[in-house]
Amino acid sequence: MEPFKPVKSIPTPLDKVNVDTDQIVPKQFLKLVQKTGFGKHLFFDWRYDKNEKPRSDFILNNPQYRGSKILLTRENFGCGSSREHAAWALLDYGFRVIISSSFADIFYNNCFKNGILPIKLERKDVDEFFQTDSEIEVNLEEQTIKTKSHTIHFDIENHRKKSLLNGYDDISLALQHEKKILEHERNSKYSSL
Amino acid sequence: MPKTLFEKIWDSHLVNKQDERSLLYIDRHLIHEVTSPQAFDGLRTNERKVRRPDLTIATMDHNVPTTNRSLPIVDEMSATQMQVLEKNCKDFGIQLFDLHSPNQGIVHVIGPELGLTLPGSTIVCGDSHTSTHGAFGALAFGIGTSDVEHVLATQCLWMDKLKTFEIRVEGKRKNPHTITAKDIILYIIRKIGTGGGVGSVIEYRGETITELTIEQRMTICNMSIEGGARAGLVAPDEKTFQYLQGRRFVPNNYDQCVDDWRENLKSDPGASFDKTITIKAEEIAPQVSWGTNPAMTTDVTDIVPFPSDYARGNPDEEKAAERSLEYMALKSGTPITGITLDRVFIGSCTNSRLEDLIEASRVVKGKKVSSKVRALVVPGSQLVKRQAEKLGLDVIFKDANFEWRESGCSMCLGMNPDILAPGERCASTSNRNFEGRQGFGGRTHLMSPVMAAAAAIAGHIVDVREVDLN
Repeated sequence: MEPFKPVKSIPTPLDKVNVDTDQIVPKQFLKLVQKTGFGKHLFFDWRYDKNEKPRSDFILNNPQYRGSKILLTRENFGCGSSREHAAWALLDYGFRVIISSSFADIFYNNCFKNGILPIKLERKDVDEFFQTDSEIEVNLEEQTIKTKSHTIHFDIENHRKKSLLNGYDDISLALQHEKKILEHERNSKYSSL
Repeated sequence: MPKTLFEKIWDSHLVNKQDERSLLYIDRHLIHEVTSPQAFDGLRTNERKVRRPDLTIATMDHNVPTTNRSLPIVDEMSATQMQVLEKNCKDFGIQLFDLHSPNQGIVHVIGPELGLTLPGSTIVCGDSHTSTHGAFGALAFGIGTSDVEHVLATQCLWMDKLKTFEIRVEGKRKNPHTITAKDIILYIIRKIGTGGGVGSVIEYRGETITELTIEQRMTICNMSIEGGARAGLVAPDEKTFQYLQGRRFVPNNYDQCVDDWRENLKSDPGASFDKTITIKAEEIAPQVSWGTNPAMTTDVTDIVPFPSDYARGNPDEEKAAERSLEYMALKSGTPITGITLDRVFIGSCTNSRLEDLIEASRVVKGKKVSSKVRALVVPGSQLVKRQAEKLGLDVIFKDANFEWRESGCSMCLGMNPDILAPGERCASTSNRNFEGRQGFGGRTHLMSPVMAAAAAIAGHIVDVREVDLN
């Protein structure tokens, strides 16, 4: 995984609560067997009309936000299905940061596995970003979001921060504990079928 | 110090702790065709093998057709996914219950049937409804594809410890045939919201939960994820042990295991939970969803709410409710029982087990599906299908003009040909009423199997308590 670098961009405001992963990537695109190329399917049913023409009233189709790397959204983003295709689509589209007041668990975890930084902020801070239309800069190392006028600090689990900044591979980290895994297996009641 | 059931299972599976996160051992890994291909690719790219193919079990469920299985699969992409799963299982030595296996079925239906789901164990699957298996006192949760790869390679997962959420359901339901497990869980989700359980494991406790059958507990745990929780748990009891007795993959020293489970697998008296709520079973009526998330649910006797009443001062929720009503083409103030239907779906990992079909068949017996409605029964597994046919349920449903199908996820998520057309309205026993979930532009009303059956007959939503049960 690529190490996470600071991101500077106008945030794309998606003003909705409880956005589920069925909306992020509808089911018809889950039949692919690779991880790439999902960006064009991102928010498909909201983004295109039934003739697959872009809907002018959907925020991603507003030229102002073209090339945006930060998605700004509301509470419980990514709820529902565990499909990692949601994270693959956001990444492939170009989003590296998602800002919300809360995220669904599986989606939150899937983001980190793909080098996307989901940032949880207080509701009032999220509101503030919805009011502005200028560039912001996200720095994970410093755990800050800088706007024109001020700087907001965000919290993140230390291990997730380290992992993103260094582009660690979790599987390699786990395999370093081979001895302990074996020991657990030797003592487990469930170690065979 | 007294521990919760979750803490006991967690502690007994902890391999290592590092940087405040935990490496947790996974006892059973269930995989299916949709969320596993990229995981196997990852293994190949990195020249890794599957650490414990013997603890990994595969089936095909998400996009399998539910019509005649002797015919070729029309959808090429679905067929490819199934072939890829077959190849992956062969290459890595994993047991697969494929489309033609007598054990094929929805992964969360066959796990318990085969005795793969054991009390006190840890179970994962690349599917959010893995929470279903918590009904046996197993710590079971959904994971993304990167984590599927991780478990294949290491049989472990890095986790942040989850919080504990106790939901007590106390008292007796007025009638367990009409106020079902589905109504209990929809009512709970309505109370806690779709994000109410984020970051936690819910342990369901109390008199009402104890009285439920194992299959009913599965319905409850299944929808924990719709309340935002990663997993649901019910402490195992004699019903659990009896259900699993003699099943194919239970341990050889089963009696000894049961002694241990009986002794240890419960939250200790005085154990503290991060959060607790209590629900009174008497208050629960048959539930029907009206919106586009499962918390947008109300009593069948109620009306389609006004967004402001639903939102209770939360402007984001009010906006969401307005958008939902528009999508659902519903007017506030309309009685729920007045809502007419085009389709009825009885199936999914929430409600496709034998008891669900028995209960629904009692409503249907000797009646006909409304001429305006096309209705579908999709048993959760081939075993459920055979058992139902042995009881003659297929005949009851077919006589009433229900279609009787082969097992799979089917119209719950519409990855196979079983989908709603744009604008069609469906009474569904599944778990998600998201926009487009059952087909682009489709409108879903979640409810119990008996409510869905009664709605199929009437052609509109009805209160099953007013229907004559055979």
